[in-house]
Amino acid sequence: MKSAIVVFPGTNRERDMAIALKRVTGKAPTMLWHRDTVLPDVDLVVLPGGFSYGDYLRCGAMAAHSPIMAEIRAFAEKGGHILGVCNGFQILTETGLLPGALLRNANLRFLSQDCHLRVERADTPFTHKWEKGDVFRTPLAHGDGNYTADSQTLERLEGGGLVAFRYAGANGSVQANDTETNPNGSVNSIAGILSTNTRICGMMPHPEDLVDPLMGGEDGLPLFEGLVEAFVR
Amino acid sequence: MKKTVDLSLAQEFGLTPEEYDRVLKIMGRTPSLTELGVFSVMWSEHCSYKSSRKWLRTLPTTAPWVIHGPGENAGVVDIGEGYAAIFKMESHNHPSFIEPYQGAATGVGGILRDVFTMGARPVANLNALRFGSPETPRTRQIIDGVVRGIGGYGNCVGVPTVGGEINFHPAYDGNPLVNAMTVGIARKDRIFLSAAAGVGNPVVYVGSRTGRDGIHGATMSSAEFDENALAKRPTVQVGDPFIEKLLIEACLELMATDAIVAIQDMGAAGLTSSSVEMAGKGGVGIELDLDAVPQREPGMTAYEMMLSESQERMLIVLRPDRTEIARKIFEKWELDFAVIGHLTDTGHIVVKHKGAVEADIPLDPLAEQAPIYDRPATTPIAPAPLEGVHAPLSLDAMLLRLVGSPDLASRAWIWNQYDSTVGGQTVRRPGAADAAIVKIEDTSLGLALTTDCTPRYCQADPKTGGAQAVAEAWRNITATGARPLAVTDNLNFGNPEKPEIMGQFVAAIEGMGEACRALDFPVVSGNVSLYNETRQPDGSTMSILPTPAIGALGVLEDVSKAIGLGMTDGAAVVLVGETRGELGQSIWLREILGREEGPPPRVDLAAEKRNGDFVRAEILNGTISACHDLADGGILVGVAEMVMASCIGCELESPDSGIRPEAFWFGEDQARYLVCVSDAEDFCARAEKAGVPARLIGRAAGSDLILPSGVTISAARLAVAHEAFFPALMER
Repeated sequence: MKSAIVVFPGTNRERDMAIALKRVTGKAPTMLWHRDTVLPDVDLVVLPGGFSYGDYLRCGAMAAHSPIMAEIRAFAEKGGHILGVCNGFQILTETGLLPGALLRNANLRFLSQDCHLRVERADTPFTHKWEKGDVFRTPLAHGDGNYTADSQTLERLEGGGLVAFRYAGANGSVQANDTETNPNGSVNSIAGILSTNTRICGMMPHPEDLVDPLMGGEDGLPLFEGLVEAFVR
Repeated sequence: MKKTVDLSLAQEFGLTPEEYDRVLKIMGRTPSLTELGVFSVMWSEHCSYKSSRKWLRTLPTTAPWVIHGPGENAGVVDIGEGYAAIFKMESHNHPSFIEPYQGAATGVGGILRDVFTMGARPVANLNALRFGSPETPRTRQIIDGVVRGIGGYGNCVGVPTVGGEINFHPAYDGNPLVNAMTVGIARKDRIFLSAAAGVGNPVVYVGSRTGRDGIHGATMSSAEFDENALAKRPTVQVGDPFIEKLLIEACLELMATDAIVAIQDMGAAGLTSSSVEMAGKGGVGIELDLDAVPQREPGMTAYEMMLSESQERMLIVLRPDRTEIARKIFEKWELDFAVIGHLTDTGHIVVKHKGAVEADIPLDPLAEQAPIYDRPATTPIAPAPLEGVHAPLSLDAMLLRLVGSPDLASRAWIWNQYDSTVGGQTVRRPGAADAAIVKIEDTSLGLALTTDCTPRYCQADPKTGGAQAVAEAWRNITATGARPLAVTDNLNFGNPEKPEIMGQFVAAIEGMGEACRALDFPVVSGNVSLYNETRQPDGSTMSILPTPAIGALGVLEDVSKAIGLGMTDGAAVVLVGETRGELGQSIWLREILGREEGPPPRVDLAAEKRNGDFVRAEILNGTISACHDLADGGILVGVAEMVMASCIGCELESPDSGIRPEAFWFGEDQARYLVCVSDAEDFCARAEKAGVPARLIGRAAGSDLILPSGVTISAARLAVAHEAFFPALMER
């Protein structure tokens, strides 16, 4: 798998993501600068976490207008695979590559803690190492992770099976009105979603920060291993 | 309208008549307003350490692994594999009371700059916080703002906040303490210093533009210009973590080239202190052209620009042939870059603005004739022995109250607002071990990091308290398996012009120095914050508890050997160290009996070293699977913390120690650890051979804490008591 990570001014989890990708591919991903206007030949583009442009306007809103985003749109149109994590997910919703929006966390505070995610479908490049209904642990760290969308969009996501992950209890129970298991208040406990062609995935938590037993576990590793298997070449 | 420079203005600027006299002698004439400003900030307590320097010199600062001790922007120690750790702790107390969010945020920003200016990528932040009484509404506001400020800055710059400490005491009602520590990593042959060199070399300004914020923050406000302006322009600075993040990346990119001769951040006293110190250390002169300084608003005077404390700015001396390379890097990161002057051979700082010379000061006398005071100090009075103490409640009731008390309750509500995992190297997050563990990327090395101080001990007996703070930091690092290397200190005290406060300061330093020498644990950087006092309605002043906060760093050659404090199922729980049952100044005494009395626990540095060296060796040999140092709350609180961290219970044996139960279980005797081992007999035999007291006290199993009486407290019930305090305080 050939992968690239896009760095915007204020991106701060590109190193974490590079470690996770190197862990599964054995080679360092290409780092792209937001002003680049050419995408190298890659299978996967990752928009990592951070505070692009300080999140001073709306999270991801400025980055969505960076020069490289035109190339990333074109990459998506050609069927390219894109993973957006945290600020990367916010950027994907701001560009319209994924629907909905991320609001301030329901408790209006930054949240940094472990959460559990339930896998909602297991037939995508991002999730196929899990079974549907599997639960895994992952850190989250964000101030604006409260996913929302209008009712039509929600119907389309839920009806079309485009929810990738939901916040859940360790036993897999999903309760949207429970702050223990749905800490940021996301609608339907949505933690990650897919594009219609399932080739773009956006999620708030950070599986890239749990790929090493030293750091507390490898619960996030299947996502990256699955991507590698999907792009054997 | 400009005021005339005279003694009365000098006094408004914080100089004494004698100090002003010295200014006149150095200058040989009446100084200009800008010159007076430069003298007053450089000779302020904050910049000159005039009350503390005499005593700071007594601290040990060297060891074979120390690369740079005090005197640089931060301390530098060798951690092996060609790497150095660079770290420092610094206070932002006063601003955090006036404007908690910005005060705390800019505290984090300032200490980050002290570290990355030396070439290090910041890898961890910690913070030692002291707040007033939790019952006071203002305390809640301050906690809320400080926590949001620390998180808002640290989370955005992408440096994990991995540890720290929090105490409450009414003595901090008017003076909360915000002590922020940053740790960074650099190749040890790529350390950048601040001494300027090379006559003619360009002096470059990078980062944010200069505004009118924080003018005279190091001494006082700028009321003398326009009284109406004061209300709009507080002395508190405003932070921009996004710019800081860009500045980190741009500086590290520049540092990978050979363009930099010297570099320093613009911290307290901004452009003044950075230019004066860089030129002074290098023994050269410096000429600045303020017309070239990037400015946020028009019409700023030389005085304002030299005294502004606008954040996120750095001053760099470049090789002249590398200026364009440097400019391109800062353009890439969309940061201001301006050549604002050059080095000279005059030995003077010359400041020009709009064609006029606004300041021309000889640097040597400015530094060498800076005042230094040997202030009168009275020896602290030894506390009376503790008497008439007995337990009013059952052991389980006292334990539940203690684990839910302000100083012992779970800090998760706060930690969970700090990003502790960004960077992907956090091996032990807050609460998982006695010190935070951060791996050094691409190596097998790990750093163990902690901050410690027990102010109530320092109040009762500053010398013992100073030694205890160092010893506890050393113990916390040891309890993870790491080798303690060095200390940064943040000395927070009241008004040093009062002999009793100066006496606390002198005694605390004496205790710290003894502990640092005994434990081979030198002080490599630090900061002093004095005048932490507030005037009371009756005209008297209240001082904070003496708070010599210790930030400390240790190293693990193999980070995978680090252990945490959660119980290991099935393990024997062994108490290491001697227990006498010292309840003086204990949390138990304060929380259960409402008394703050007696002497603090004795600090036996030889026992501390012997016990700690034994425990560390056993951890590295793999015989200890979990370890927790004993501190506030003693053995029983320590056991409960190990139970809560793991949800694995513990059945305790009857101590049969000849000590009253409350003293045995809640006494705060020093130099002790609780460890989980598989073979207690074997372990205790090895301890005996090493001259280390050790005894089995229980066995880890199930999910309940079972007291010797048979009374059972579930881990879940402990957790409920432990976790209630902060949410109940902050979300009501």
